[in-house]
Amino acid sequence: MASLTLSSSSARARFGFLLTPKALFGLTVLSALVICGLFAPLLAPFDPAKQDLMRAMIAPQPGGPHVLGTDHVGRDLLSRLIYGARVSLLIAAAVVLFSGAFGVALGVVSGYFGGRTDSVIQKFLEVFWAFPPLLLAIAIVAFLGQGLGIVILALASQRWIPYCRMSRAEAMALRDREFVVAARSLGAGHLRVLWHHILPNILPSTLVVGTFAMATAIISEAALSFLGLGVPPTIPTWGGMLADARSYISTSWWMALFPGLCIFVTLLGINLLGDVLRARLDPKIRNL
Amino acid sequence: MLGYTVRRLFGVIPVLFLVSLLVFALMQAAPGDPVSMLISDEASAEDRARAAEAWGLDQPAPVQYLNFVRNALNGDFGTSFRYREPVMALVLDRLPATLELALFATLLAVLVGIPLGVLSAARPNSVLDSIGSVVGFFGISMPNFWLGIMMILVFSGYMNLLPSSGREPWGMGLDRVTGFLTLDAVLQGRWDALAQALRHLAMPAIVLGTSMMGIIMQVTRASMLENLGEDYIMTARAKGLSGRTVLWRHAFRNALVSVITITGLEFGALISGAIIVETVFSWPGIGLLLIQGITFRDFPLIVGLVLIYTSLFVLMNLLIDLAYSLVDPRIRMR
Repeated sequence: MASLTLSSSSARARFGFLLTPKALFGLTVLSALVICGLFAPLLAPFDPAKQDLMRAMIAPQPGGPHVLGTDHVGRDLLSRLIYGARVSLLIAAAVVLFSGAFGVALGVVSGYFGGRTDSVIQKFLEVFWAFPPLLLAIAIVAFLGQGLGIVILALASQRWIPYCRMSRAEAMALRDREFVVAARSLGAGHLRVLWHHILPNILPSTLVVGTFAMATAIISEAALSFLGLGVPPTIPTWGGMLADARSYISTSWWMALFPGLCIFVTLLGINLLGDVLRARLDPKIRNL
Repeated sequence: MLGYTVRRLFGVIPVLFLVSLLVFALMQAAPGDPVSMLISDEASAEDRARAAEAWGLDQPAPVQYLNFVRNALNGDFGTSFRYREPVMALVLDRLPATLELALFATLLAVLVGIPLGVLSAARPNSVLDSIGSVVGFFGISMPNFWLGIMMILVFSGYMNLLPSSGREPWGMGLDRVTGFLTLDAVLQGRWDALAQALRHLAMPAIVLGTSMMGIIMQVTRASMLENLGEDYIMTARAKGLSGRTVLWRHAFRNALVSVITITGLEFGALISGAIIVETVFSWPGIGLLLIQGITFRDFPLIVGLVLIYTSLFVLMNLLIDLAYSLVDPRIRMR
């Protein structure tokens, strides 16, 4: 058991890997995303939904009121980007948590018990894995309609699979280890063994898989919104802003540049952070 | 090998069956009455009932599903609500456009990604390796719809160099033989048409191939590094072989297996990744057909396309597995 009070030297040994440029960049981007998401109303200079056709398509004015310009109906771009961060973060966090809980639970049960249970769960997994990336999400939104909950469900529909594969493999390797066998022979039930002995050992790998799942969730949400299949269009999203920008590409480059840059920098940061975490915590995981 | 192939083929059937059940259940769960998409809201109750009967929508859901499966097994994926044409015919008409785009994207990704990966691995931590690593991370982090829009802005908008949408200019008058415009142009000796087809392909293919290029580069590099650390490399060097021979003839040949695998898997993913790229560039493939189908709530078209996409994807992955087991017989033993 890790004690909560760490001396500074052991803290450096544990978390020093987070002080490399790659990791710092990733952590900065992630913090910025969280801050924008949590404090959007305080940070945004304008109401993101306020339309003003007299002030439509103003080019970025450094120092002016509309620092990053306005869109085709006069909404302030910077404010919409900040509120867009909120949607990206909310959806990505929900997808990562739900698919993580579902995938790890299923994977641990599959790997720990093996046999019949394992083959049924693996067949179930195979069905969801059969769909090409994003297609199942597109189909779910196409049939069930657009809503925050449905988009989260759609994006989580395949995201749980990497968690499931990873935790199955780990549980299989752990179930015959001495400390598990010892716990069993001391009379611990399966549930207790799973919770106290298997799960804690899977956490580092879950963190790695979760980081990449977050990147995938953010880009998939943006893609769905771009296709007009994301959350309802009244909510500002980076993908939705890019879809709007398509029609005004010849006159208003800023409408296309900034939302895309937000998605790109966010993904780059999370991917770099994921790479650092993977190298440190679990070099085995590659493309699950 | 034959036994393994047959076993894998039969393993795919229940999966595809369950996939169809899942997609059909989703359609049944959709809010609203599909008949209202067939007929105007002002139609009389009798007309509505007649339309429902004609399209088999009056049957209970399980019967509708069984009918659907029976027809699908005969290659009939139903009739589009909007086009009033068989879904299969619509798909076959547009499939070559998607495949041509995916093939060119793959070609680009392979031609850039593999050399970059090999050369980065040959000199780890060199300037070239850093460039390669940056390109790799940019490739996987770049949203392809944004890259597409920015390329349109620069190459169509500012420079007026490349067309921003479609596969060919209006009235090019090229006869369709294979549906692959580049191939059709060559077959008919229409060099002007070939140039036009390539000009239209350029941006969509680059955009679609970028993330694949990043992935291929990273896999090539990792696999090369692994092989370069093996004893046989030291033996080859000790024999006095040149660095280039060791790199390409020895290490690269062994790294090729994983490179081919990832290329195949990514090609399957590209076909659905093309949905977004086709939307950006108004490329008349099956991806654009799907998005238009969703806009019009054309349920038979959506169901048919989702199942055709998934079948293609599953078969592609199966082929890769089989090819892999041909190269590495240990896999068949499992």
